[in-house]
Amino acid sequence: MDAIFASLPQYWDGFLRTLFLAAVSGIIALVIGTLLAAMRVSPVAALRGFSMFFVEVARNTPLTIIFFFAAIVLPRLGIKFDQFEVAAIIALSGYTSAFVAEAVRSGVNSVPVGQAEAARSIGLTFTQVLGLIILPQALRTVVPPMINIIIALVKNSSVAGAFFVLELFGYGKQLANEYGDKVLWVLVGVAFFYLLITVPLGILAHFVERKVAIAR
Amino acid sequence: MTTQVSGNPLVSLNGVNKHYGQLHVLKDINLQVQKGEVVVVIGPSGSGKSTLCRAINRLETIDNGDIAIDGKKLPEEGKDLAHLRADVGMVFQSFNLFAHKTILENVTLGPMKVKRVDKAKAEKDAMALLERVGVGQQAPKLPAQLSGGQQQRVAIARALAMKPKVMLFDEPTSALDPEMINEVLDVMIQLAKEGMTMIVVTHEMGFARKAADRVVFMADGQIVEDTDPESFFTNPQSNRAKDFLSKLLTH
Repeated sequence: MDAIFASLPQYWDGFLRTLFLAAVSGIIALVIGTLLAAMRVSPVAALRGFSMFFVEVARNTPLTIIFFFAAIVLPRLGIKFDQFEVAAIIALSGYTSAFVAEAVRSGVNSVPVGQAEAARSIGLTFTQVLGLIILPQALRTVVPPMINIIIALVKNSSVAGAFFVLELFGYGKQLANEYGDKVLWVLVGVAFFYLLITVPLGILAHFVERKVAIAR
Repeated sequence: MTTQVSGNPLVSLNGVNKHYGQLHVLKDINLQVQKGEVVVVIGPSGSGKSTLCRAINRLETIDNGDIAIDGKKLPEEGKDLAHLRADVGMVFQSFNLFAHKTILENVTLGPMKVKRVDKAKAEKDAMALLERVGVGQQAPKLPAQLSGGQQQRVAIARALAMKPKVMLFDEPTSALDPEMINEVLDVMIQLAKEGMTMIVVTHEMGFARKAADRVVFMADGQIVEDTDPESFFTNPQSNRAKDFLSKLLTH
């Protein structure tokens, strides 16, 4: 237990870095994922094909391999970063965007088709139909699965610790070495700080879900 | 046929065919609707009348033939199609009001986003339309808070807000409780009297008698009869129409 208290500054720093990784990757993933979902339902076959290909590859590949690709293969191909954080953000947001895309797509499908037909028949263009009518309704039903995805993202960010990024899990490894006889407590501490992010997210999900529900 | 020969038809369908897989839902449809005409399309379920109605603003694609609105051929997908749809009002069986927007927003959305009318003007016009269909009081509510009849009247106002050249009604009263049918039909009859060009798919024979200039009877994907309401109801020519009408009268 005192191993935790003695290392609070490291934990806190790791916590902030994990929060940063998750927040940045999460925002990028939400944007890219929504775009992928829009492509998936668009009338242009090439966009649908690309989106489907990207989503299937990204979500069916183990995250560690995607990290490996972003952190080690990309630099060899000439795409170099100053910090491994950038690679971590690319890997996490790319991976997570596939799940976001699928959640948004299922949300889009949950909006009755009549909504789109009515929107089209008053003369709205495809982008307007999607942006003004479908997505605002879809995103409401998507809130619960989306929070699940973000929670998974927070936990997945720990993989970055294995790729030279010093975040919560990375500090955890260091501390485990330092306090070789108290590894259990060190890990309990790590878990606690992850919970500090994920539990409020769950509560937020519950709150938002009730707030945005729409009657039909 | 009672149509005037003068002028180009506002809506014109020539040799239109459509298949759903094996099923031939529209068989070589030819239909011209003049400006100001009210055409009621009736027929048994599955006769293709809804598909016909939806094909006119390309909510359903067709296999071949051509459809023109005011002399302009229906464009493929894209901006041109959106422009054309803005001129064709559509009222659905299931109302399809935008569930996340208020009644007022439902009506102002099209004018503001498609015609770039400013908000104050759009709201003023929308309120006038809502008053006209008798639901002005409901403006700040959400669609789910309204009765079916009220929702359908809002849907008519929403379509009218675009100042369409023609209004399509796809079984507008079929999802309504009996006591609400008339409030919607009254709005439609009023609209017909004011000279709106209308194509109405319906099972309401009363409306056909009262407001229609022409009755188009469809069966098995074909237009079987195309005549004035009086002749259709009193003196149907085809066996299909006689059969259809006899079934209605026995109830």
